[in-house]
Amino acid sequence: MINFIKNRKVFYIISGILIISSVFVISFWGLKWGVDFKGGSLWELNVPNSLTVKDKIADYLQGSSVGQTTVQVTGEGNLIFRFSSISEEKHQQLLQDLKRQFPDLEEKRFESIGPVIGKELTRKMVWAFLLVVLGILLYLSYSFSQSFHNIPSYKYSLLAILCLVHDTLIVVAVFAVLGRFLNWEVNSDFIVAILTVLGYSVHDTIVVYNKVRENLRLFSKEPLDVIINKSISQTLIRSINTSLTTIFPLVALFLMGPHSIKALVLAMVVGVIAGTYSSLALATSLLYDWNRRSR
Amino acid sequence: MRKNVILLTLVLGGAVLMFLFIYPRFSQKDFSYGLDIYGGTVLIYEADLHNISPAEYFSAMNGLKDVIERRVNYSGIKEPRISVEKIGEHWRLRVELAGIKDVDKAIKMIGQTPYLEFRELKNNPEGTDKDKEEKLEFQPTILTGKYLERAELGFDPTTSLPVVNLQFNSKGTKIFAELTKKNLNKPLAIYLDGQPISIPVVREVITSGRAQISGKFTVAEARTLVQRLNQGALPVPIHLISQQTISPILGSQSLLKIKKAGLWGFVGIIIFMIIVYGYEGFLASLSLIIYLLISLTIFKALPVTLTLAGITGFILSIGMAVDANILIFEYSKERYQQGISKKAAFREGFKNAWPAIRDSNISTIISAIILYYFTSSLVRGFALTLAIGTAVSIITAIYITRLFIETLLPGRKSNP
Repeated sequence: MINFIKNRKVFYIISGILIISSVFVISFWGLKWGVDFKGGSLWELNVPNSLTVKDKIADYLQGSSVGQTTVQVTGEGNLIFRFSSISEEKHQQLLQDLKRQFPDLEEKRFESIGPVIGKELTRKMVWAFLLVVLGILLYLSYSFSQSFHNIPSYKYSLLAILCLVHDTLIVVAVFAVLGRFLNWEVNSDFIVAILTVLGYSVHDTIVVYNKVRENLRLFSKEPLDVIINKSISQTLIRSINTSLTTIFPLVALFLMGPHSIKALVLAMVVGVIAGTYSSLALATSLLYDWNRRSR
Repeated sequence: MRKNVILLTLVLGGAVLMFLFIYPRFSQKDFSYGLDIYGGTVLIYEADLHNISPAEYFSAMNGLKDVIERRVNYSGIKEPRISVEKIGEHWRLRVELAGIKDVDKAIKMIGQTPYLEFRELKNNPEGTDKDKEEKLEFQPTILTGKYLERAELGFDPTTSLPVVNLQFNSKGTKIFAELTKKNLNKPLAIYLDGQPISIPVVREVITSGRAQISGKFTVAEARTLVQRLNQGALPVPIHLISQQTISPILGSQSLLKIKKAGLWGFVGIIIFMIIVYGYEGFLASLSLIIYLLISLTIFKALPVTLTLAGITGFILSIGMAVDANILIFEYSKERYQQGISKKAAFREGFKNAWPAIRDSNISTIISAIILYYFTSSLVRGFALTLAIGTAVSIITAIYITRLFIETLLPGRKSNP
């Protein structure tokens, strides 16, 4: 049996490094916001010999006063161009011009979003996040209201939220790294990924805390660290099995799924791993340190 | 025991029915897919409501929706989905057009819907001089195309130039009468899409609700205008703020890929469960199939609009749905090791795992509900699939798995 509580300093160091480097990465590199958030155009085209003509098209677009243009090649060999938001007339004119130069060109996707919509999306996301946190706090405080071992319910809920923030930070940092090195943009899928991680993180922490509470009730005479250790080893297999069954479909989606959801899926994989780790190691260690004198 | 066998038959019968409902070959109805799958265009228009009172916003937006719906239907595009969205202070119209090729034409067609309004002279005593007619300033009145009953092509008896005759509805007639009374012997401008097309001077109070536009148009121009006015004038001006177009080919490729990936992920879960938990794992996989069938039936019946993100969320929820069974199995294992019979251990397992299953899933449902109400349509599909998936998984993981284990698990039967 691994003595988790005895080794908790290791977990604090790991999580400390993860949090500090996440904050560092996010504040220095920031996120690469996609058209959903900051407004702009996204144009996906299918052209034969896409790799040889991509720069030519990008130069042409940039020369047609659409602003800074970036190009990305998708897994399917399509080209994605991103530039400022343009009108429908301009879009049609560019399409006609390009079709004259490349007769086999096929338009796959075009999005042009004004900056107003993006601002709303950000505002709504922040609100939704805060409300979810509040909702979970309230529910857990209610559901865990029967106190064992003199541990009040608000401590469980606050720690569950703390782990949630820890996991979310790591996922946001992963997006910052992907944006920096692979030009991956953050779009509305990003919200979905964050929310999933949020749900998974809390889900996992609750399962572990439920086990701790059950053991606190059954073995009220034993010291807290023994009880927490026992609970971790009892939920360890379940936590690993569940994260595996969750990661299987995600891996399949990453390997076989459409290009547009790859970033979303990768973020979820990272979130599931972070969630499993934080619920087993961090949530339990913090619960111990906060209550070891409160018997 | 007999009761369980009946229940089991019911569950399996239900499963067959649900399969028939879902499987495309046996069912006429298709799933409702989002834009990123069926391909097509989403246009978002911002409505300019500063000329009408807040109490009328809702009815004006619905009027707008009706007019554009009529326009789109008239052009032959099938099943447009048009919805009114209120975001903060902004009122928007979201127009979803499935699988069209000529977006430019669609946008033009919607944009061409004329916005007809009458404007009166701004209170400016010096502006009556004839020479200053060019500098006349007009301000909008409440009389707009909203109150139009019909338009007709006519000819001026003296000049024999084409004119457009307007007939207002009863409310419009009243407004027009008041307006002509107020502006007697003053010019009253008729604006179309923000441009003055005719500025006649009011000679008498008009109570018949008839007005005439005698612009400088040709017969063809007048005819088009009549047609456009009759198809519906916009009650408020709008402008396009966002556009998304996805080719149907890209969308169907994405759907194919995500289905394939989902299937392999599902097979992976089943193999894993059988390797780790043996026969019980197989029984849990059976109830997972029931979970899949129930969820898909609900998605199809409601219907829930499935986007790529929504399907991803659902595939993920399959993994999380197994969690309840894993929890139960692990709890049962503890009891079994304490030396009680397998079935009794499972009964204990179900009982002891319940608080953890309940709390974790209720938290997920709380999150999903908040997401549904506080975000836009982009995330809503995901929130809905997650909420439905979680709720269904509680039922299948507890009741269906228990039914399978009670009836299909061999072992000492205490009371046959």
